[in-house]
Amino acid sequence: MSSNADLIQDTNHWGGGSRPMGARYGKLMMWFFLLSDALTFSGFLTAYGLMRFKYESTWPIAENVFTHFPGLEGDQPLLYVALMTFILIMSSVTMVLAVNAGEKMNRGAVTNWMLWTIVGGFIFVGSQAWEWYHFIMGDSGAVETARQEILHVYNAEGERLSFSQVVHGMEEGHASNHGETFTKTEVLSSMKGDASLYLKEPGKAGRAFTHAESVAFLEAGDVVQGANMIHNEYGRKQFANFFFFITGFHGFHVFSGVVINFVIFYNVLLGTYERRGHYRMVEKVGLYWHFVDLVWVFVFTFFYLV
Amino acid sequence: MAEHNGTWWIWKVFWILLVITGVEVVLGIIKPEFLLTQVIGTSILNIVFILLTLVKAGYIVQIFMHVKYEKKAMKYALYLPSLILIPYLTFILLTEGSYLFS
Repeated sequence: MSSNADLIQDTNHWGGGSRPMGARYGKLMMWFFLLSDALTFSGFLTAYGLMRFKYESTWPIAENVFTHFPGLEGDQPLLYVALMTFILIMSSVTMVLAVNAGEKMNRGAVTNWMLWTIVGGFIFVGSQAWEWYHFIMGDSGAVETARQEILHVYNAEGERLSFSQVVHGMEEGHASNHGETFTKTEVLSSMKGDASLYLKEPGKAGRAFTHAESVAFLEAGDVVQGANMIHNEYGRKQFANFFFFITGFHGFHVFSGVVINFVIFYNVLLGTYERRGHYRMVEKVGLYWHFVDLVWVFVFTFFYLV
Repeated sequence: MAEHNGTWWIWKVFWILLVITGVEVVLGIIKPEFLLTQVIGTSILNIVFILLTLVKAGYIVQIFMHVKYEKKAMKYALYLPSLILIPYLTFILLTEGSYLFS
């Protein structure tokens, strides 16, 4: 065997007809799309990290922000997002089972597992909507100073108070505002009436202010309830902006994944892949669906845990 | 997936992912004192979280997304760009973030 023959064979290898990556065109293109999408998501998450490191001392602590669980009262940090993670992992598992069944040309099993994957995706998107609703509605309320710094109300025992507790008193008020709105005048007069109340910055190293300073801050500033792109009761508005943007972009991926999964599911029902002789389309959407799960694993860590 | 028989390997990964997530949630709720020591700009607990996340990501990519069974050329095409560019981007942005307006 001459080296020349090797060279010719090598040229053929990359010149078409052969598959150096061992993958078909569609799968390869799906992978390159996912690779670029992974870089997009890492751009978002690292930009979040940049802002967080910049405002490290007053950055909101996620477990003080996302504390609700449907049907449970009080602070339930991490439980809800853990449930969402479980749902997404579960739907990833049903997707692998669908791909696995497709390789065995088992149409009934593909139908079944694709359906469960779609159901899981819908539950996840719904859970995210619920989370957004509570984030937007707000929890305890905050004071926004004239310089747009966010401050939270504390009492002498160092407990964080909601506006409901400030205005109605500790006995009558709720730890969460439950959708009740409070005016600056109401909060200000209650603040003036109780000299033990003071304001403190959010975050792990937020500064506390004296009662007199706190009253002055509120007089020059305003009250904030809930969160949007401009005002955010939990702390820095960048926190809300990144929350909406990153979970929103991920949620859009989940939603489009559900739509694509449904199209494939419909084709499985019609028998398209049975006639085609293979279920490679299920494998391709499977890759996309696992990617959505993969991104969530990172969002879960960097938004909720760390 | 000719390497596999049945579906036990899928459920094995499912249990691994579930247990790791469970451990993360429990650690996140109780925040053990001895893990809160500060090293290289963050707590040991956060490093544990990041390592556990990478393990989970590894299982999803290697097994669920089947990369473990792809050809070497394919593995390099996927792993090299992501494992070089993402840590680089992370390093440079987090470092710069600490100096912004300081």
